[in-house]
Amino acid sequence: MSSVLLEVNGVTLQYKTPRHLVTATYQVDFSVHQGDRYVILGPSGCGKSTLLKAVGGFMAPVEGSIRIHGREVEAPGPDRMMVFQEFEQLMPWKTVYQNVLFPMKVTRKFSRADAVARANAAIEKVKLSEFRDIYPHMLSGGMKMRVAIARAMALEPDILLMDEPFAALDALTRRSMQQELLSLWDQLRFTVLFVTHSIEEAIIVGSRILVLSPHPGRVRAELDADTFNFGNIDKSEFGAMSKRIHTLLFGEERMSA
Amino acid sequence: MNSARPNANLREPPRPEFERELVDSGVIGDVERPLGPAERLVGNETFQRFLILLVLIVVWELYARWLNNSLLFPTFTETIQTFVHDLSTGVLVNRTITSLRTLAIGYALGLVLAGLLTTFAVASNIGTRILSTLTAMFNPLPAIALLPLALIWFGLGTPSLVFVIIHSVLWAVALNTLVGFRGVPETLRMSGRNMGLKGARYVGLILIPAAFPSILAGLKIGWAFAWRTLVAAELVFGVSARSGGIGWYIFEARNDLDTPTVFSGLLTVILIGLFVESVIFRALEARTVNLWGMQR
Repeated sequence: MSSVLLEVNGVTLQYKTPRHLVTATYQVDFSVHQGDRYVILGPSGCGKSTLLKAVGGFMAPVEGSIRIHGREVEAPGPDRMMVFQEFEQLMPWKTVYQNVLFPMKVTRKFSRADAVARANAAIEKVKLSEFRDIYPHMLSGGMKMRVAIARAMALEPDILLMDEPFAALDALTRRSMQQELLSLWDQLRFTVLFVTHSIEEAIIVGSRILVLSPHPGRVRAELDADTFNFGNIDKSEFGAMSKRIHTLLFGEERMSA
Repeated sequence: MNSARPNANLREPPRPEFERELVDSGVIGDVERPLGPAERLVGNETFQRFLILLVLIVVWELYARWLNNSLLFPTFTETIQTFVHDLSTGVLVNRTITSLRTLAIGYALGLVLAGLLTTFAVASNIGTRILSTLTAMFNPLPAIALLPLALIWFGLGTPSLVFVIIHSVLWAVALNTLVGFRGVPETLRMSGRNMGLKGARYVGLILIPAAFPSILAGLKIGWAFAWRTLVAAELVFGVSARSGGIGWYIFEARNDLDTPTVFSGLLTVILIGLFVESVIFRALEARTVNLWGMQR
């Protein structure tokens, strides 16, 4: 059984730069169900990151509404934990363990003993137990990203927001992180809203893919990608899906070029 | 047509491939071996500093002996004798404590004011403008130049000293803290707000630790300014204060043309400066910004 968790209705997002008023997305609709791995895919300039920020509560839509469990999103909150692309999201003055514990401590969502147990379990899940008492500056990029994911998941948010989390990693690390994310999902069945500009990543990670077109971001398609994973990456269906998305984004003429 | 692409005819002949057995690296011994005590000592920073001090002292002693005029330039041994003597009689200790107490009050008040000002400044744009304007106005103003005014307002004594110390601490710390707050990465800010942190908790749990390298720099500059200002201010008007500080000790000795005591006073000022910088602040750095990898 799946129920609607996040509803985005006719959302137009605009932000100001010193010289321009930029429209990032125009009347975007979509809804995320419980347990979805929902991917927002689009080229740069389609406002996908802005859209995620709006869901996070960091900016308000000029038109339309964003609802979680029927409640309007008004401000940032720990029910929507965000994982950013940048490694700076970790607090350099806290160890891995303290970083994971920190949001549980400030939100007081769990009792002290509970929080400690959850933090340790989350660190174990992302295979960082050995590095529990290390400060982030000693970690590699992939490890930092794992800490950020552990931190977000330990809090058990309603939805996990991931803003191109693997974009800054090298290709090999990125692949293993995608695999780890999928195996974590297999165990925990959390809901995740995932932003990426990589078609391959979208098909592998996502169960649903929202394709956005750029300038301003508008919905082009919503596709089902639940059947694709690392096991069938070399199959023709995978290639066909990839080609289909490519055509949706760039049109026929660019394919032949 | 002129093409940059290598022409097939001009290609180099294929170079031979090779594989080889690894060269025996046994001759250099272990790949990793612990450094011997002598090797470690040479690289030790404290040891190097100590050597520098030793050289300075030897130069001082030799020059003073050659000059042979205790009124102009006493020797190191003479200075140390006076220093030890005044320490044992308790004069120097009392003077130093008087100075440090005043310094502590002024420094603490300066920090509190700086904290209030910067919190106000990060809360709003207009606050930032106010703080940067005030800092631009008052930071270049030497604290000593305010002393005559302080004397009119607060009379002779500790309150005037505290006033000038606050002035010397406040702007340096406030300016550095504000710069530090502004430099906190956007992702870290959003990460903090994501957890629902707001207001004072946000400043205390996110901004202050994230800006700590800058804040620490401000604290150091503030301390140096304050110590300098204090000693100078005591030199100017220590005369009528009942119990003078270290500046007054120097001033008194100068009046008696007792140069070794002047030197021993200066030595005290330097030693306290060295202690605060290389023991207190060094320990604070080792426990914070160095540990966190924010500064090496």
